[in-house]
Amino acid sequence: MYNYTTFDKDFVATRAAQFRDQVQRRIEGSLTEDEFKPLRLMNGLYLLLHAYMLRVAIPYGTLNSRQMEALADIADRWDKGYAHFSTRQNIQFHWPKLPDVPDILAALAVDNMHAIQTSGACIRAVTADHFAGAAADELADPRPTAELVRQWSTDHPEFAFLPRKFKVAVTGSTQDRAVTKFHDIGLRLVQNKTGMPGYEVLVGGGFGRTPMIGQVLRGFLHQADLLPYLEAILQVYNQIGRRDNKYKARIKITLHEHGLEDIRQRVEENFALQRARFDGADQIILARIESDFTPPAFKTASTSCFGNHLAQNPAFNAFTKTNLHPHKNPDYAIVTVSLKAHGATPGDASSAQMRALADIAKHWSHDELRVSHEQNIVLPHVHKGDLPKVYKALQATGLATANIGLISDLIACPGMDYCDLATARSTNVAQRIALRFDALKQEHAIGPLKIKISGCINACGHHHAGHIGILGLEKAGAESYQITLGGDGSQTAAIGKPTGKGFSTDEIVPAIERLIKAYLAVRHDASEAFLTTFRRLGPAPFKAALYPLKDTHNEL
Amino acid sequence: MTQISEPQTITANDLLTGEVVYLTKHGVWAHQHSDAVTFDHPDRAALCLEQVSSRDIAVVGPYLARAKIDHHQAVKPVHFRDAIRATGPSNRFIGKQASPA
Repeated sequence: MYNYTTFDKDFVATRAAQFRDQVQRRIEGSLTEDEFKPLRLMNGLYLLLHAYMLRVAIPYGTLNSRQMEALADIADRWDKGYAHFSTRQNIQFHWPKLPDVPDILAALAVDNMHAIQTSGACIRAVTADHFAGAAADELADPRPTAELVRQWSTDHPEFAFLPRKFKVAVTGSTQDRAVTKFHDIGLRLVQNKTGMPGYEVLVGGGFGRTPMIGQVLRGFLHQADLLPYLEAILQVYNQIGRRDNKYKARIKITLHEHGLEDIRQRVEENFALQRARFDGADQIILARIESDFTPPAFKTASTSCFGNHLAQNPAFNAFTKTNLHPHKNPDYAIVTVSLKAHGATPGDASSAQMRALADIAKHWSHDELRVSHEQNIVLPHVHKGDLPKVYKALQATGLATANIGLISDLIACPGMDYCDLATARSTNVAQRIALRFDALKQEHAIGPLKIKISGCINACGHHHAGHIGILGLEKAGAESYQITLGGDGSQTAAIGKPTGKGFSTDEIVPAIERLIKAYLAVRHDASEAFLTTFRRLGPAPFKAALYPLKDTHNEL
Repeated sequence: MTQISEPQTITANDLLTGEVVYLTKHGVWAHQHSDAVTFDHPDRAALCLEQVSSRDIAVVGPYLARAKIDHHQAVKPVHFRDAIRATGPSNRFIGKQASPA
């Protein structure tokens, strides 16, 4: 893991102290809300429906056990004993009080954490593959690149007030688990024909009200050119990105309006200038960062108890089928811990669960944890011989749900239950879908399926990338849920297509049930996943299930 | 003054806690929707909103919210967003619904 330098520690502590002074001035009345709002947002503090919300950065979703314990302590001391892991690999506290926030930031700083640039029109916390440094299918570890980008973008004076927020994701695998094609910039670690390391650079992807898939701006960029090239892209965007309309201010719209070739030409011209400004200091820093990400000392031990336990414990067997991913060391496994127990709020974890996860990571995952954008927690390095103990410890704290990649492993933004921008609830829908399919005992038979739910058009729940997407809107003073089909956030990215009129809060779960029933009826066999069936047949059989003929007549 | 129309309340978030609050007939802020004063005249409601917006630094983002009087003569929010604000999140029993009235 990256270790904070003295510079990092001083910077974070200074920012926390600055914010303490700003909060004090707001409480005394010498700052108005209009003056204070941009200051609090720069420190990750929102005012939502019921309370303040503090969004804490977990850069590229990586944290150690001590940091997880510190977050649990914050949940107990200053919040309501739980926290929410978000689709941005961050953590959110939904009930802090304003006078306490400076103390929370100070506590975060002690354990090398902060809330800087988790909001505002700046380069946000960098995200990455949550299996980084562990996955068997990985070509290169994306975390050193993500850390370099984090350091470059933190408090970058030129990019503190961009036209809109700006999100960067990095992957080092051909299996895109970082959703790079839906980011303002997506970086894919690749090698050229001579084996030189570099990046494929994607630009202009994003969700929101105008979803777009990122386009390749550079097929291969040498590793040493990354920061001058990023600087070139951001400068072009900063200069020509629209500031007259916030809905047209993201770089995806800039790219759409100017065209890929025009943007590429502008970036390349600027890159030639920027490149001369970089003297190689960034590569020295990168080398130092890389030394922080050397693989842990994997142990050599027997894995036989893993096989024995598989045969003896059917529940453990089921867990291993859904919640494990191949590790680059064949004696190890990556464990994804579901924060989606049936009926629970996706992404929520109690302080007790957070401490249990910290404890498990300390003993059996080389002290590492990851937060996935799918709102789960990952134990990246678990020796197979320790899996039975890990499973038992997870069971003891209600975290052994065997549903990763299945219908109840759905992701959902906080929605109108918390969010000031939301137009409908989303967690409530997620809970009801999970409970319904658990009651039907169907989810393992249904197989791989990603449902993603957003409570408004801003799409924090990534509904555009859901195999089944659900978008909560307001229609005539009531919640209405629009269904999209065929979305995909992976390397085969696709934007889901709307099916038709929305469903009320009472109608949405039965509608999803009809959709699944239709899929089970038309799939070739159990090996054909929902998305594959949809791509083979198109929307017709699914729309027919969603909108039976009598409804169509009523509409006409 | 314009004619009587749908009742309105004035609601905001408390500066220190962020909690949802309602203006009462005594001109102070209360935590329960049932304590909210209702305005039957839009002009009077708008004037009061302007006054609290300019003077009251203890709250953030005051606005007029639609209300209705139920058959028990109790004040209730009209919009589902305001209903969620009045009770707390529907996914957890942790907001106002968990506090004694």
